[in-house]
Amino acid sequence: MDLRAEGLSVRRNGAAVIAALDLPPIPAGELTVLAGPNAAGKSTLLLALAQMIPATGRVTLEGADLARMGRADRARLIGMMPQQIGGAGGLSVLDSLLAALHAGGGLAGRALPGPEASRHALETLARFGIAGLAPRPLSALSGGQRQLVGLAQAIVRDPRLLLLDEPTSALDLARQFQLLNEVRALAREGRIVIAVLHDLTLAAHWADRILLLSDGRLAAAGTPDDVLTPETLARVYGIDARVERCSRGRINVMVDGLSA
Amino acid sequence: MVGDAEVRDTGASFEAILAGETARTRRRWLLVVVLALAAVASLVVDLTSGPSGLPFESVLRALTGQEVDRGTAVIVWQVRLPVALMALLVGAALSLAGAEMQTVLENPLAEPFTLGVSASAALGAGVALVLGLSLPGLPPVWAVSANAFVFAMGALGLLQLASRLRGGGTEVVILLGIAVNFTAGALLALVQFVASPDALQQLVFWTMGSLAGARWDGIVLLAALLAVCLPFSLRASWRLTALRLGADQARAFGFDVAGLRRMALLRISVLAAAAVSLVGVIGFVGLAGPHIARLAVGEDHRFLLPASVFTGAVLMSLASVASKLLVPGILLPVGIVTSLVGLPIFVALILRRGV
Repeated sequence: MDLRAEGLSVRRNGAAVIAALDLPPIPAGELTVLAGPNAAGKSTLLLALAQMIPATGRVTLEGADLARMGRADRARLIGMMPQQIGGAGGLSVLDSLLAALHAGGGLAGRALPGPEASRHALETLARFGIAGLAPRPLSALSGGQRQLVGLAQAIVRDPRLLLLDEPTSALDLARQFQLLNEVRALAREGRIVIAVLHDLTLAAHWADRILLLSDGRLAAAGTPDDVLTPETLARVYGIDARVERCSRGRINVMVDGLSA
Repeated sequence: MVGDAEVRDTGASFEAILAGETARTRRRWLLVVVLALAAVASLVVDLTSGPSGLPFESVLRALTGQEVDRGTAVIVWQVRLPVALMALLVGAALSLAGAEMQTVLENPLAEPFTLGVSASAALGAGVALVLGLSLPGLPPVWAVSANAFVFAMGALGLLQLASRLRGGGTEVVILLGIAVNFTAGALLALVQFVASPDALQQLVFWTMGSLAGARWDGIVLLAALLAVCLPFSLRASWRLTALRLGADQARAFGFDVAGLRRMALLRISVLAAAAVSLVGVIGFVGLAGPHIARLAVGEDHRFLLPASVFTGAVLMSLASVASKLLVPGILLPVGIVTSLVGLPIFVALILRRGV
């Protein structure tokens, strides 16, 4: 029950964005956070894992080679939340969830009839406490609301593998907390969940394990304690940082400056 | 739970929201039916209007096969019905093509007319009418339409090619379409420059778009193409709706966005090229039809596509009526009428910016 990637490479415009990357097996039931500096290849890695961009190497989900799978089978297994959640025109929140459900092949590959689909979509929204947004046009939502809808779109098909690209970037402090709580619950239900996060203190708090990416290579991997060390942060981010525990034992990453 | 406030704000329970959504779905289906009825009504109006001033009852009697005098039968069956049916079909085809084009090219101003399909068809017609060049082995009556069709398909083939180019985004396709439009226009001017006065008159008339030459075989052909394309369009309706969220989002849902674009452009090509080659240049129906449908039923393509078919049919039918009534005793080219009606809508859309 895990996701594995071996020798993964992605080239864009002639340059290698990800080069021969091997990931440690990513288990189900845990929240894995993908972190790293800008342009480290985090979004590209998510897209490559989902086989949504051309990539070489082997990605297996529970032993099955994703590249050899039909597109419909992959769509059944993978849910993806991109960084930008689109919403042109007057499409309502519920309609967008129905589109995500039906265009991706239904609930876990099973087509749902109209009323059942609406109920399931509404239940998915209710899980994030935003059922009340259902009739609103997407274009009228705030950035934070849109992000919650984006997460709902990603899980409405009940995928085994959930890939989230900066799901908290537009959320306030309370909603970051609430959303990550929900994301971890989605993992605990037995899914494989990988989320890109920039905030390392947030990552330290929520991640079961952290993959630290730098220049398309894996710079460090392991538990937050293993990965978040002043030495690693200096090496990957070029910063002088302290990693300290607060009185309740939580890890805090504090940046003192750029390393010399 | 996250965002509990939103649920409280609306004061609606889960079941109430669900009931509201069911009612909304029913309302949208109803609107599609109303638009279909409007298309039938406009067809009847089209059939009963004309310079010969036949009373409504005689038209009805002729249509239902009851006994009427020979003159009435000829007017109804050989003049009015072909024109009225062709108007309906051309409007439906152009509007459906426009709706799909706006979605797959992610641009509210995309339609066969703005992206050079009509101009290319006109160039093809010009080559046939002025230079006498056409596909070999075709009856002369089809020479102009066949040429127009081939040129229009060529223009759309170029757009297909552009969309397949590596990194060929929708902007590239649209810019190329605009370039095709102007190039075909310039070449058409060149053809007109060398044309004899007789051929020039025919060509100018063709570029104005006219239903007067509607023939039964053309009607059957266009109806058949529409019947073939529409089921595929409807089958793709969820994926097209998903594409309204943007290509990145649609890709994240796990379907083949490039493949969807390719197949939609193929359907658009066939419908638009056939419609334009049969009746000449008809502007703005492909733009106004889908936008009126969108105002009525929204972005969900399950409703938007059939609604566009009917709004296009209604627009074209009413344009056909107007072309008979605007100047008493004179049948105006219908393309002029659609452009005159469509232009204000076009400008209003640009100014609104909300699309």
